[in-house]
Amino acid sequence: MNMNQPEQTSSSLKAAAMTVVAAVVWLLLYGNLEPAADFLLGVAGISRATRFGEALHFFIYEVPKVLLLLTGVVFVMGVVHTFISAERTRAILSGRRAGAGNMLAASLGIVTPFCSCSAVPLFIGFLQAGVPLGVTFSFLISAPMVNEVALALLFGMFGWKVALLYMAMGLLVAVAAGMIIGRLGMERWLEDWVQQMQQNCSCGADETGDAMSWNSRLYNGVTHVREIVGKVWLYIVLGVGLGAGIHGYVPENFMASVMGRDAWWSVPAAVLLGVPMYSNAAGILPVVQALLGKGAALGTVMAFMMSVIALSAPEMIILRKVLKPQLIAVFAGVVALGIMLVGFVFNAVFSTL
Amino acid sequence: MKQVKILGTGCAKCSQLADAVKAVIASQCIDAEVEKVEDIQKIMAYNVLSTPALVVDGEVRSKGRVPGLDELKDLLTR
Repeated sequence: MNMNQPEQTSSSLKAAAMTVVAAVVWLLLYGNLEPAADFLLGVAGISRATRFGEALHFFIYEVPKVLLLLTGVVFVMGVVHTFISAERTRAILSGRRAGAGNMLAASLGIVTPFCSCSAVPLFIGFLQAGVPLGVTFSFLISAPMVNEVALALLFGMFGWKVALLYMAMGLLVAVAAGMIIGRLGMERWLEDWVQQMQQNCSCGADETGDAMSWNSRLYNGVTHVREIVGKVWLYIVLGVGLGAGIHGYVPENFMASVMGRDAWWSVPAAVLLGVPMYSNAAGILPVVQALLGKGAALGTVMAFMMSVIALSAPEMIILRKVLKPQLIAVFAGVVALGIMLVGFVFNAVFSTL
Repeated sequence: MKQVKILGTGCAKCSQLADAVKAVIASQCIDAEVEKVEDIQKIMAYNVLSTPALVVDGEVRSKGRVPGLDELKDLLTR
């Protein structure tokens, strides 16, 4: 081990140096997107004054902007994830009471690494360590819905107001739904084997954290970028492309009559449509972009987006392993109701802005 | 002979980890037996919340991520 020490330090230094260089390059790129887009357009001899030129400029400015934002945020979160494991979150949450516990759980859902494929072990592990059922649900609702990818994309494409409101409303849904489920005392609707595991488990919620080198932490950031950005870049290109394409080619109020603010029923309809659908935040973005561009109300579109991400048929099937149908129905019902309310709030707030 | 277990309910990352572990074992000539554990109750017995997890001789050495090849080498031979 002693022999390894200098070698490890030097490789950690190398990784740190590379990160700094990458950060500088990132800042330079991000700061010069507008002139770069102007320059490219100039080289091609296309004027921004034309409709096509404007659309093209929008495209070659927005695509790298959103991609850079996403890469930066995802890298940082990949490193952050190595500090906040699901185990550590559980230790923080165990024994918390309703209310404050729900808020803490929903907030931790933003930063804790979460993959829907490990929803079941996570769920059981939380309950075993004495995290109340309602608090566990707050986490389980917030984690997939309010995450760095969704927020970075919303920020990049629609600005900070939309991103912030999405975060606030997402957290609110997670907290409220968790508190309601906790209040209803649904513990007996857990599958029997889960209840048994809960009783005869001596496992503590102790967590000392992974002793990882900075090298491994930074490496985790890189793999996170590779995994996420590699998966979603195409959706971003599509989404921005749609946004650029409809910059004036389709009548502006095409969707307004069906999904505009005046059609109150469009919010519940959007949620009902979105619940069985399954996609991640990136996959749904082109649709969001297209709907918004065509005059659909922001609240309606956000409600659609949330219900697609937060509730899905595959997720219900996974959760069916640990929950009885009654509890699944309550879970889906409460969350869907919350999202509908969010839709109405969004519509009301943004009609006055 | 090391007992290496890969805990995971069959997601993409789990098979990535399994492949990476097998590759490291082969390239380093480590004497090890690799087993994939997919049963949720058995996984829970290791007190693991995020899959995939790597267990070597009964000890959880990584969880929720796919470590790089160098780190895996270290985790498997430690």
